[in-house]
Amino acid sequence: MPNIIEVKNLTKKFKSFTAVDDITFDVAKGEIFAFLGPNGAGKTTTIKMLTTLLKPSSGQLNIDGHSSITDQDGARHSFGIVFQDPSLDDELTAYENMYFHSVLYRVPKQERKKRIEQMLKFVELWDRKKELVKRFSGGMKRRLEIARGLLHHPKVLFLDEPTLGLDPQTTNHIWTYIQELNKKEGITVFFTTHYMAEAERVADRIAIIDHGKIVIIGTLQELKNKTGKNNLEDAFLALTGKKLRDEEISSEEIMRQRRAFRHH
Amino acid sequence: MSTIYILWLRQLKRYLRSKSRLVGSLAQPLLFLVALGFGFGPVYQKAGEGSYVQFLVPGIISMSILFTAMFSGIEIIWDRQFGFLKETMVAPVSRINIMIGRTLGGATVAIMQGLIVLILASVFGFHPVSWAMLPLAIFAMLLIALFFTGLGTAIASLLQDMQGFQLIMNFLIMPIFFLSGALFPLKGLPAVMDTVTRLNPLAYGVDAMRDTLINQTYFGLGLDFTVMAIVTILVLGVGSYLFNKIQI
Repeated sequence: MPNIIEVKNLTKKFKSFTAVDDITFDVAKGEIFAFLGPNGAGKTTTIKMLTTLLKPSSGQLNIDGHSSITDQDGARHSFGIVFQDPSLDDELTAYENMYFHSVLYRVPKQERKKRIEQMLKFVELWDRKKELVKRFSGGMKRRLEIARGLLHHPKVLFLDEPTLGLDPQTTNHIWTYIQELNKKEGITVFFTTHYMAEAERVADRIAIIDHGKIVIIGTLQELKNKTGKNNLEDAFLALTGKKLRDEEISSEEIMRQRRAFRHH
Repeated sequence: MSTIYILWLRQLKRYLRSKSRLVGSLAQPLLFLVALGFGFGPVYQKAGEGSYVQFLVPGIISMSILFTAMFSGIEIIWDRQFGFLKETMVAPVSRINIMIGRTLGGATVAIMQGLIVLILASVFGFHPVSWAMLPLAIFAMLLIALFFTGLGTAIASLLQDMQGFQLIMNFLIMPIFFLSGALFPLKGLPAVMDTVTRLNPLAYGVDAMRDTLINQTYFGLGLDFTVMAIVTILVLGVGSYLFNKIQI
């Protein structure tokens, strides 16, 4: 299997702090790849670099042969992403959010309507297409984002904690969609999560990052063998320790909390 | 082109959908118009300057464009907060086109706002010298709108959150408005005030509005348009540069 994601000596420094420290790994085409680590380990920073939102301090990264640094648009066409936080326009309807995306990604005009309908039906939101997104629940928003991320036929789908805060029913639904896509269309899936059971259930291979370095990478069985533990959670704790991590929160996060506070 | 169009359309849809914003942003100019216009009217008349409402309306239109355009630019901070900015930033389109689309959208909304104020002002007794000058007045509105949307974008690109917003409001937007000649004539001001107003881009915008709507000018329409055009191009350049550098 050829590699669809290639990361070589990737490093990201913020002033004196090294968030991602010289990591190298590959993801094969068609794989479901779990990228795990404690808070502040460098997961989101890595995803941001892979998806062209952050410039690496040094190193190389390619997605489907396009460099995320020198051929950003090529890379951007090749992936879809569902962010950790919602990234929908609340003042637009579900359909309008999809349409907006289809224009930005230059989905051919004659194909747009059909594709949007297909994707909205896939995540079971077609009946709600005319509703403003601000009336959607967290789970519905996440489904809509997945539909949107897939709209332009990406080869890789990035999911940053896709099931955070969702009930088991929605989580189950979401993984059913994603696994179906992975099987049918061979889409490569790169995801992060804090739920070890989730990674155990769906991932073909797992990488664990801590303090900006990849501490282990392999299949579930390989991880268990190397650590001598019989489940992923124990292996994870054995590798990353039991100490609590205090992650610095972003200013966006502060704002959101303040808003939430005011609304209560 | 389609990128620019869809971003423009988004700004418009958001504006037309938030009825509270629409009403709110019209209440303020109306209050200024009625309170100041009729309040200072008699004094202004006695000073031999004619109708204060006539004088004030171009200033109030400029004010509502200033506020609407600035807010449209600064909306980027909201988009950052609600995550939508990321959606546009990972899309395979150039950031310049995103910036152009947003700016044109913001400017369109601001001009609409200006025209609504003009229509409302007509209800309160305002009458332009000649409706034939309206296209030129709209051109002046366009320049004001583009400049301040660009300025808002540039500032918002530098800010991480809404913390600095009060500062911008009190130390930038308000002084720009009050020292633009929107409320009082520029002639015969003390030297310091005169210098400050000459450095204020909105002063030229207001002057252009006044020239096209009531045929009164301080700088002359040629200078007004030249200054506005130059600063607009500059600020759009700086805005694009800063917008291009945003990392999330």
